[in-house]
Amino acid sequence: MGFVDRNARSFLLSELVSGLALTFRYLFKRKVTINYPHEKGPISPRFKGEHALRRYPNGEERCIACKLCEAICPAQAITIEAEPREDGSRRTTRYDIDMTKCIYCGLCEEACPVDAIVEGPNFEFSTETREELIYTKERLLANGDRWEAEIAARLKADAPYR
Amino acid sequence: MDGFLATPVGHFLFVVAAILAIMIPVLVGVAYLTYAERKVLAAIQLRKGPNVVGPFGLLQPFADALKLLMKETVIPSGANRVLFLFAPMLTFALALIAWAVIPFGPGLVLADINVGILYLFAISSLGVYGIIIAGWASNSKYAFLGALRSAAQMVSYEVSIGFVIITVLLCVGSLNLSRVVEAQKDLWFVVPLFPMFIVFFISALAETNRAPFDLPEGESEIVAGFFVEYSSMAFAMFFLGEYANMILMSAMTSILFLGGWLPPLDIAPFTWIPGPVWFALKIALCLFVFLWVRATFPRYRYDQLMRLGWKVFLPLSLLWVVLTAGALKLLGWLPTGA
Amino acid sequence: MIVTLAFYAFAAVLIAAAAMVVLARNPVHAVLYLILAFFNAAALFLLAGAEFLAMILVIVYVGAVAVLFLFVVMMLDVNFAELREGFVRYLPIGAVVGVILAAELLFLASVWSLSAEAPRLLAEPVPAGVDNTTALGLILYTDYFYLFQASGVILLVAMIGAIVLTLRDRPGVKRQDVAAQTARRVEDTLALVKMKPGSGMIVVPKPEASRGEERERAVEHTPHGGH
Repeated sequence: MGFVDRNARSFLLSELVSGLALTFRYLFKRKVTINYPHEKGPISPRFKGEHALRRYPNGEERCIACKLCEAICPAQAITIEAEPREDGSRRTTRYDIDMTKCIYCGLCEEACPVDAIVEGPNFEFSTETREELIYTKERLLANGDRWEAEIAARLKADAPYR
Repeated sequence: MDGFLATPVGHFLFVVAAILAIMIPVLVGVAYLTYAERKVLAAIQLRKGPNVVGPFGLLQPFADALKLLMKETVIPSGANRVLFLFAPMLTFALALIAWAVIPFGPGLVLADINVGILYLFAISSLGVYGIIIAGWASNSKYAFLGALRSAAQMVSYEVSIGFVIITVLLCVGSLNLSRVVEAQKDLWFVVPLFPMFIVFFISALAETNRAPFDLPEGESEIVAGFFVEYSSMAFAMFFLGEYANMILMSAMTSILFLGGWLPPLDIAPFTWIPGPVWFALKIALCLFVFLWVRATFPRYRYDQLMRLGWKVFLPLSLLWVVLTAGALKLLGWLPTGA
Repeated sequence: MIVTLAFYAFAAVLIAAAAMVVLARNPVHAVLYLILAFFNAAALFLLAGAEFLAMILVIVYVGAVAVLFLFVVMMLDVNFAELREGFVRYLPIGAVVGVILAAELLFLASVWSLSAEAPRLLAEPVPAGVDNTTALGLILYTDYFYLFQASGVILLVAMIGAIVLTLRDRPGVKRQDVAAQTARRVEDTLALVKMKPGSGMIVVPKPEASRGEERERAVEHTPHGGH
């Protein structure tokens, strides 16, 4: 029986037919495509996207130029120079991130004692030249201002797990 | 009007008009076959496929064509220029001239020649030249390997296609394609010759270099096979030729096995629809199976391909020729010929 | 008129292509010219009303034989300098062979005469009511039946000879046995074994002489560290 059965199956191409039947069923299943620029998939609160430098609610920048992020950055993408400001507080004069070097590991964010440098939810920051991908302090602070609401919400959502 | 058509000029103009009437639907069919392929593959893979250019993405083929037209034609410095440019033209031309003998309905055929089926077989066996010449003229090892694979593959599968055609001819008694269709008035050949139908269809997949027999392209091993070096319109011509060949093979399947322009049943609701529409529907069905198969099966390994052609299909089709001839003779059903 | 013009056009291309087959330096070009020559010969057959022969010429010679020619010639690595090296040395013997062949052709041409029937047949190349496929079949399977079968047998012998010459059974080559693979079932290859934790075990493979093939019967399992 087993012999006849097997040979009948192979001559009737039963495996091919069952494969075709499976793909035919899939033809009518619900599609999973997301129409990207118009629709976007959900992203986690821990998503590591474009960097931003945050400010305190009173408008003072958080960064205290401790250079921990520069030290921990495995790609050495961060360059910091610091000097005391007129009011005597220690601040950065230069805070550059080379986004072409960055590997989006999030270690800078982990290292920061004051939650100043964070990786935000934005992943749509492609440019036409490499030069535009070297972010300066102004650019990073502007990012922080622009994304502050989302960044704060993300940090709050992730706080219980930290 | 009749008087004008009888003059040489009138006849010439009539033939040109007839050629255009065949060519334009075929080329539009090719354009929308690429669209259908992307849509069907996408649907089976749970995607949506092209849906941005035009309503439902319907203008996508034209966007693709425009893109290809705007590209630069690159001719490799080591290539044989004349043959390099000749190969895509040959492929494209062969894919189109075969349509001359395809009957779209009773009497609706450009050249109703007595050896129509041999003509089709000859043209389809010439298709390999475009590929071989392209592979050789490119002067590139990937292209060359693709060309060799394709040559061996097409020659192997032509043999079983030939035998399948012979079984059909035994049942018809004529090499004229219109007669082949008319012989299926009572019963489509797909019923009595079902195994041959399967063999023919699978061989057609191999003959058109379609998945799962797309080894000449084999993008995972030899990049794109014989057309690695082609770009722009030269590439587009290969592309068009391949898809036109798919449509042609589907048309051949419809004519040989699915009753060409005949409706499924010769009763009222079916006979209202004109023959060419039935023919187009049958071609579309075959093309859908082409795409469906591509979405379902992984690519064959080369030795498996050769084994299938020579050790499975050849003996099977040969046996079926003998069986068919014997059955027709014993039952006295042999067609009387001319 | 058009037919005559077409005849001369095809004939001219045919002769030119045939000449180029001999004259072309690149062997691939020579084969391509040969294909062109076949095509024009087929076109001449068509003009003579022999459409069956024309199609068969294209299918058999262009579609199959020339593909194999091209296949082989394409893979040749031709060194033109080496090819021309022996030209002068072999010129005399080549010339002798050529002259003999030309003389034979001349003799043949000088005694060539047309059959008395020819003019009548030429006037009506395609008899009404019979297409030439049928006509060929009627002649081939009646008057020339034994010759036809004999040529078939000769081809068969040649085919068997070619296979015998090239077929060799190399020992030690691993081959895929498709039948064995498709006949394989889960029970043949896999055994589920209940194990006590920490105990190693070896399952002796069941003898499988019938297939003549060693197969691993069960997973040999030795846990790390003997507790």
